[in-house]
Amino acid sequence: MMLSFTLNGQGVRLDTALDKRVVDLLRELQALDVKEGCGTGECGACSVLLDGVHRLSCLMLAAQLQGRELTTAAGLGSASAPHPIQRAFAEHGAVQCGFCSPGMTIAASALLAQNPDPTRDEVRRALSGNLCRCTGYVKIVDAVRAAAKELGDAPSDAPSAAPDDETAGARGKP
Amino acid sequence: MVANPSGILSPPRHDALSKAVGAERFAADLAPEGCLHAGAFRPGALLGIAHGRVRGVDAAAALAVPGVLRVLTAADVPGTNLQGIIHKDQPVLCGEVIRHAGDPVALVLATSAEALRAGLAALRADIEPLPGVFDPEAALKKDAPLVHQGRKGGNLLLGAVIEKGDARTALRSAPRVVRGEFSTPVQEHAFLETQCGVAQLLPDGTLDMTVSTQAPFRDRFEIGQALGLDPLRIRVRAPHLGGGFGGKDGATVQCLLGLAALNASGRPVRMAWDREESILAGYKRHAVRLRCALGADADGTLLAFTCRAFYDTGPYAHLGGEVMELGLEHAAGPYRIPHTRIEGRCVYTNNPIAGAFRGFGVAQVSPAFEGLLDELAEQLGLDPLELRRRNALTRGDVNCAGVRLDSSVHLVECLDTLAAHPLWLGREAWQAEAPACTRRGVGLAAVFNGMGYGRGLPDMAIAKVELTEAGDFLVYSGVADMGQGNSSAFALLAAQELNQPPGAVRLLQPDTALCHPSGSSSAGRTTYTFGNALLKACAAMRDKLLARAAMPLLRDTLEGLELVAGAVRHAATGKTLPLAVLARYLSRDDRICVADFLMPVAQDPPDTGRAFPIGFPHLFFAYAAHLARIEVDELTGRVRVCDYLAITDGGRVLDRSCFDQQAQGGVAQGIGFALIEDFQLRQGLIRSRDLSTYLIPTALDVPDTLSLAVEGDEDTGPRGLKGVGEVGLNGPAPAMAAALHRATGVRLRHLPFTPERVLAALKQRKTPSRRRA
Repeated sequence: MMLSFTLNGQGVRLDTALDKRVVDLLRELQALDVKEGCGTGECGACSVLLDGVHRLSCLMLAAQLQGRELTTAAGLGSASAPHPIQRAFAEHGAVQCGFCSPGMTIAASALLAQNPDPTRDEVRRALSGNLCRCTGYVKIVDAVRAAAKELGDAPSDAPSAAPDDETAGARGKP
Repeated sequence: MVANPSGILSPPRHDALSKAVGAERFAADLAPEGCLHAGAFRPGALLGIAHGRVRGVDAAAALAVPGVLRVLTAADVPGTNLQGIIHKDQPVLCGEVIRHAGDPVALVLATSAEALRAGLAALRADIEPLPGVFDPEAALKKDAPLVHQGRKGGNLLLGAVIEKGDARTALRSAPRVVRGEFSTPVQEHAFLETQCGVAQLLPDGTLDMTVSTQAPFRDRFEIGQALGLDPLRIRVRAPHLGGGFGGKDGATVQCLLGLAALNASGRPVRMAWDREESILAGYKRHAVRLRCALGADADGTLLAFTCRAFYDTGPYAHLGGEVMELGLEHAAGPYRIPHTRIEGRCVYTNNPIAGAFRGFGVAQVSPAFEGLLDELAEQLGLDPLELRRRNALTRGDVNCAGVRLDSSVHLVECLDTLAAHPLWLGREAWQAEAPACTRRGVGLAAVFNGMGYGRGLPDMAIAKVELTEAGDFLVYSGVADMGQGNSSAFALLAAQELNQPPGAVRLLQPDTALCHPSGSSSAGRTTYTFGNALLKACAAMRDKLLARAAMPLLRDTLEGLELVAGAVRHAATGKTLPLAVLARYLSRDDRICVADFLMPVAQDPPDTGRAFPIGFPHLFFAYAAHLARIEVDELTGRVRVCDYLAITDGGRVLDRSCFDQQAQGGVAQGIGFALIEDFQLRQGLIRSRDLSTYLIPTALDVPDTLSLAVEGDEDTGPRGLKGVGEVGLNGPAPAMAAALHRATGVRLRHLPFTPERVLAALKQRKTPSRRRA
């Protein structure tokens, strides 16, 4: 069946089984920043934004993407033009093995879109569906709070950090 | 909640940004065009059999699945069909007997992941159940079923004693004695990247593999022996690991994947375990039971310690003996005790395979020695911190295994820092302010963890650094980075030693074809051992470049030449020669420097621990003092960790951010071990088979752990550092037990301290007439 959706700002149209898991579909499309850690919706490594809402791609089927906008960590930013959340993760020691990082930054971006100035407890609650086995979470919370501060200091009408349109969309209310 | 001191910002790890944006490529991300998919058939779990005789495998239906190419069994394995790091006793594919529920009996090759799943589902095995043995002490009984039929020694893998003085006599005459039985459970590594890799048999006969592994060089020999291949024709690459913690030390997918590649007509093959297979077949932390006694003078001077420990290694040796060695060597704690007798037995059972896990054998004994120390303090009416300070090891002391500590020891400073900290000073007031239906407790623990392989096994690394044609430097890492940040530390050390900006040093992850064997990424050794070798290689590189620059700079002595950013400079004249130009004068061979380093070992080792030809004893240790503040819900038994303080002696700190990561991450795993992670086993069958039943800490389960460093140089370490990766895991369990005792009045000695157990303890306290749980 033909399926059309937007992946990190790029239109995608392909023939695929509609009952394929989204995580598998994305990885076949070389969106390898989307990781699979458990396949049962427990670890959050496969987190994506669907029309700006945090979802787990291992629990979604391809058909659910029809006509939607999907954002992965690579859609937030890149090493040469990182999103403030990604830069904060690197600068605040929030990355160790790095396998949870793409999903963790996606969860953080969904949080900051809804709550631009979360407390540490609010950050912890928002990230509690994303497992990290390395860091003990302290520096992840540090990083999200630092990113919130940076994003909050930026002019609100022109988020300079957003690399492209769909990220700005991701930051809006779902 | 106590905030961490902000403003301590180290330069970011060189791998951090590429990982944060999802650009780093792990072994799990490799799926070469046209690759086949391989998967193991593990019928024990399906049939509910942990020990059984393999009567047959029916592959007909599986082979009829479109896309299934091959079904291989033990008969198809060339070589010994036995893997293992020291003892080779684990079949790659089981032909006669399965010894635990995750043992594989067949390997399926298919053209797609879907076909592989269908093929595995269509396979049938006829397994005749055999009586199993699931408890290490029961396994030592005369009539116990044997895990390995005909094995000399029966189910006892290794029995050992570490002894100093005459502990039994000293204990009999000690004015105060405390005793207890303690146990710690299986723990799952739960790294987010499960075991995985790709392999291909190249036309020249090379088996080319990229695997999520902690020991790429050793893997070649394990694979080579099991599959009858020349290890030198096996190439293993180890990209960044998505976590390891010990669970990827030793072959996981390697031998199965190699076997698949040998049968794939030259096509690449991918194998990636899903989470359930990872839990079913992966290595675990050894469950341990130990009975100990501690004797002291009335003033709290420790006199004697005895201990009998049972390590459940599961059906295969893996690193069981070595894990127990560490445990026994640490069993009496970081204290001066003149008389010790520590016995251990590492025993085969039909439980899941146990192996290396951060805190390697030591996390299992820490709750025991610290638990007894707390009980002693209570009996003597002494402050538990003061009791520890009085007995804490210092440099030059002989430790409980009989080793004189000619190495850095700063445990007393850790305890002093804890004693002066507001979280400790304010404990009574904080405990008194417990909200309704809540009890509060503050507990502490002093812990340590040996670094390196110990005597009998050279702990060596060989570093290679190259001046590239472009004039920057490439470090060839010989030890894998499983996330702990050693490769970032290597880049930093090399940049410092070569006087270059950080961006001028790149790092190649281990590749057995290009790098030099440097041992496993384990034992808190990587940055110490490889770092030392790297500093030597960089120093040699600096000297060489100055010498080679003399000609183009027309200097007839090397005096006044110095290596500066991107160039060699003559200080007096200010003349510089860019490294990119200098590189053009040199052959590739001349642009490379290689140096090795061998970790020093204890001189005059004690005449004990003779059952451990490998690994006993250690000379270097990291030390730590931990404090936990917890709240216990009286209605549910739930424990909330409010604050956690980890004060660590890891020598001089090279990178503060990485140092804190190790402390905070180790503590989080330790809190999981102590409170949350409840590995459920019944008759060898795993009942916590995924991450919805085997829970690990989320961001809501651990506090903002405060990490403090006590910095004292370890003179032999690179820039004075010691390995710091393991010690953090050893503290939370004893600190939780102490805090729980303070909160509830009950001493819990069997991990994990789940709400059920805590609630039972609270009830037991309220109705003391009831039988003790």
